[in-house]
Amino acid sequence: MYNLIGAGLVVIGGGIGLGQIGGKAVEGIARQPEASGKIQTAMIIVAALLEGLAFGALILGQG
Amino acid sequence: MKLAVKLKKQLVLLFFIIFSTLAFASGGTERKDGKDGGQINTKEEVEAYIIHHIKDSHDFSLFSYTDGEGVRKHFGFPLPVIVYTSQGLVTFMSSEFHHNDDGHVIVEKDGLKFAKIHSKIYELDAEASTVSFDADHHPTNAHKVLDFSITKSVVGILFVGLLLLWWFSSLARQYKTKQIPTGFARVLEPLVIYVRDEIARPNIGDKHYRRFTGYLLTVFFFIWVLNLLGLTPLGFNVTGQIAVTACLAIFTLIVYTFSAKKDYWGHVLWMPGIPVFVKPILAIIELAGHFLIKPFSLLVRLFANITAGHVVLMSLIAIMFTLKNELGVVGATGLSFALSFLIILIEVLVAFLQAYIFTMLSALFIGMAVEEHEHH
Repeated sequence: MYNLIGAGLVVIGGGIGLGQIGGKAVEGIARQPEASGKIQTAMIIVAALLEGLAFGALILGQG
Repeated sequence: MKLAVKLKKQLVLLFFIIFSTLAFASGGTERKDGKDGGQINTKEEVEAYIIHHIKDSHDFSLFSYTDGEGVRKHFGFPLPVIVYTSQGLVTFMSSEFHHNDDGHVIVEKDGLKFAKIHSKIYELDAEASTVSFDADHHPTNAHKVLDFSITKSVVGILFVGLLLLWWFSSLARQYKTKQIPTGFARVLEPLVIYVRDEIARPNIGDKHYRRFTGYLLTVFFFIWVLNLLGLTPLGFNVTGQIAVTACLAIFTLIVYTFSAKKDYWGHVLWMPGIPVFVKPILAIIELAGHFLIKPFSLLVRLFANITAGHVVLMSLIAIMFTLKNELGVVGATGLSFALSFLIILIEVLVAFLQAYIFTMLSALFIGMAVEEHEHH
């Protein structure tokens, strides 16, 4: 029971983080459209790392 | 003109492969009660069916149905079962289990008795003739054996391996005679250059990237083609098997462990520029990061993404059965089609994105390991 609540909390945190990453990346691209390629790459890497964390919590929360 | 002829030839080959597999397909008369997946009406049956799809299986079934007399018909072909038991290797075809998955069909081979329970092969004890279960539905008089079977996932891996070998050897051969490749190889060339120039070179650095481009290209195309294969109706779920993604992550671990430079190990074991009493604590964290967290994040991300995609897709397809009474047959089918069509478009994107991210992070980890610092 508690592990499920914990996994849920981590996923909420991951969702907030993903929102921040996406929002800031769009902001950055709007300010500097010529750097959009680099910003996108950095965004995907950070999003992937965060996603790994959230998925890790999901998998461990099942056990 | 020439291109069109070649494309036609490849299409003919593709159709030949598909229809020859169908020719192999054999109908069988199986369980009379039609229990395993035939008429899906309830949530529990949908769930059982999805879990059955997510798991690896010992036979390749394309579809199955119950005919008018209540007999299960399966279309597909059996795959070889290869198990290592106390008396050495034993092989037989999975058709001998007659699609039974709860241990009721016992196969006798070389004096040993085998049963298949939830896609796992069990060897029965010498005196037992049927499998008996305890309260948790674990068999009490049978034990697991080392399973080297050519399962459905293994077929998928071999198929993609041969496909990649064919594509890329033809691409490589063309460079010997001409400057610009023709045919399908022209599609592959920009992808190879993309992986080299956008993934390998910026993350590993100009000095070392050539050594690792081969590994990164292999991983990228292997994962991508397997992900796309998982979206076809053949029912493969190879990159959604945790063993497959774990192996890929371990390959990356081996590559960046054995290519790591002195500078990297110096930073892991005795981080410069911080107080001495923090250094051992940080070394433990860095070692855990190197050997556990980095490969774990790689394997879990790919596994969970693909599994989640398959579950969502199959649940949306199951709307056809679960909402049949509420919306009518046409309404439920239409809703199911519309939703699963949208999701499958996203899944095509995810298939590429996950291959890209796996390759990108592998390149990033390798780049961290081979980086050399000029001064401290």
